[in-house]
Amino acid sequence: MNIIVCVKQVLDPDIPPAKFKVNSEAKQVVPPEGIPPVINPYDAQAVELALRLKERNGGKITVLTAGGDGAEKVVKHAISMGADDGFVLNDAAFEGSDSFGAAYILTKAIQKIGEYDLVLCGRQAADWDEGLVGSIIAENLSSSLVILAEDAELVEEGLKVKRVTLDGYQVFVVPTPAVVTVSNEVGQARLPSGLGIISAARRQIPVWKAADIDVDPAQVGAAAARRKLLKLFIPARERKCELVEGETTAEAAAKLAEKLREARII
Amino acid sequence: MAEYNGILICGEVVDGKIAAITRELLSVGRKLGNSLGQPLKALLIGKNIEEEAKEVIALGADKVYIIDGPTFANSHPDLYVAMITGACDQLLPSIVLLGQTDIGRDIAPRLAARLKTTAAMDCVDLVIDSESKLLLQTRPVYGGNALAVWASESCQPQIITMRPRSVAPAEPDTSRKGQIESFTVEVKDSSIKGKLVETVKEEVAGIKLEDAKVIISGGGGIGGTEGFEMLQELAHVLGGTVGVTRVPCDEGWMPMTLEIGQTGRIVGPDLYIAVGISGAVQHMAGCSGSKHIVAINKDPDAHIFKEADFGLVGDYKQAIPALIEKCKALLAT
Repeated sequence: MNIIVCVKQVLDPDIPPAKFKVNSEAKQVVPPEGIPPVINPYDAQAVELALRLKERNGGKITVLTAGGDGAEKVVKHAISMGADDGFVLNDAAFEGSDSFGAAYILTKAIQKIGEYDLVLCGRQAADWDEGLVGSIIAENLSSSLVILAEDAELVEEGLKVKRVTLDGYQVFVVPTPAVVTVSNEVGQARLPSGLGIISAARRQIPVWKAADIDVDPAQVGAAAARRKLLKLFIPARERKCELVEGETTAEAAAKLAEKLREARII
Repeated sequence: MAEYNGILICGEVVDGKIAAITRELLSVGRKLGNSLGQPLKALLIGKNIEEEAKEVIALGADKVYIIDGPTFANSHPDLYVAMITGACDQLLPSIVLLGQTDIGRDIAPRLAARLKTTAAMDCVDLVIDSESKLLLQTRPVYGGNALAVWASESCQPQIITMRPRSVAPAEPDTSRKGQIESFTVEVKDSSIKGKLVETVKEEVAGIKLEDAKVIISGGGGIGGTEGFEMLQELAHVLGGTVGVTRVPCDEGWMPMTLEIGQTGRIVGPDLYIAVGISGAVQHMAGCSGSKHIVAINKDPDAHIFKEADFGLVGDYKQAIPALIEKCKALLAT
């Protein structure tokens, strides 16, 4: 079973809100000092699902990322988790691409790889939180799609996928090649193994440029983006917290109950 | 070039009722329609839903299109993608509004890809810019750390999903008049790839989180399953229910269906008591619409205190029993 996993490098989503800063002029997030970017956690979970499928069915896992300098780190992260191979898609023409541009670039790279049964993507990127790219890739490839997967297994008719819903789940059986986006319900992604880190560090990750994957430059980059970012800002958090204190925690809790009662909240 | 005109809402009917999100979309759609001077249309897919269509008129639509088809929950999303794409091809709306729901998340990106237009997912505010007449789309990004405003100058229709509870739902006005039309869209068998084998609804006992007036929510600080029994008891005393953050789900202490946050449920109770919750933005995205937020946490520097109205710094194992006792006493008087 050959699996392609699309991953993205993002600002660490677990940084404390106090460290999150934006440059409203430039409409960009200011990366916090000393906190390196990470593989999008949902994408790491997509790699995790790929590894589980490979353990059961054999095959090969290839990782793709579209990104600028340093993007090979997320490919190496996936390789250190156990993925076999990876490529970085980087070209000046790609800069400023929107989700449609990114999906087109990834689609072209997937088509270049050619032999695959499954494309996995995280449910959304933890930066722009949109959840578009995986679905657009499926459309570009005219392949079957299941979003928000918490599990998948190979069956005779194709791929059986369990899809998370708000109140439970659905089970789909879709023909391969398929595109599946992976939800956090898959569970924790495994940590890179020591040996994996060593072997990934030694790897040269090939970079594919627009011409290598037959990308039409007119369809990518900021000029091709279907919409514009007008504003980026940190919303004002309006609540003012009244701390309730007491000699003991229990006493403070009793006071809290009284305050809630006084304010007619309970 | 084709004239795009009208706001089209993809309505959802759940258990024979207009979904809350659809009522919210009707409220937003009416506002946008008025700003643009364009009609508000709604698409309903289902069987025997004429009554619901009338209700959608009362809630603000000028025209309702009914497609005779199976309900969302029990059929393949490919069918809806094909139906709604077909409907957009015929109706040429300028804006298509869906909910950021199970089905909306599935349809919107593919609808945008097929119509060669743009999609904005999980919007919390939509307004028409008075000068440019562009649709300004506000969405939380970076887990909710920031808000971004987007606009598209050239793409039509603009596909939008709205986060539940971002706006007040439309109120019905039964004197409103509108048209109801049945509508057909040809869907080729080949457009449905694979099959939906089963749909499982995991019933949660008690009050639904979205309907709850009081929610006692626990995070990683609860430390295990046992602690949640204490929260359950407080919820019982206050007539509420229990919710959780990602950590208790990931750790397997509590079911995923109780998760509140960006990847879970969006709630808006009168009282939200956050216990052992640090206040990660991804969680706050699901509960910041609560009327009153109370935070109980051992760590005085926890971010949750910045987003709470009342705070208590201390161990929940001491605080909750005392809170239960005092609330019982106060509520008995």
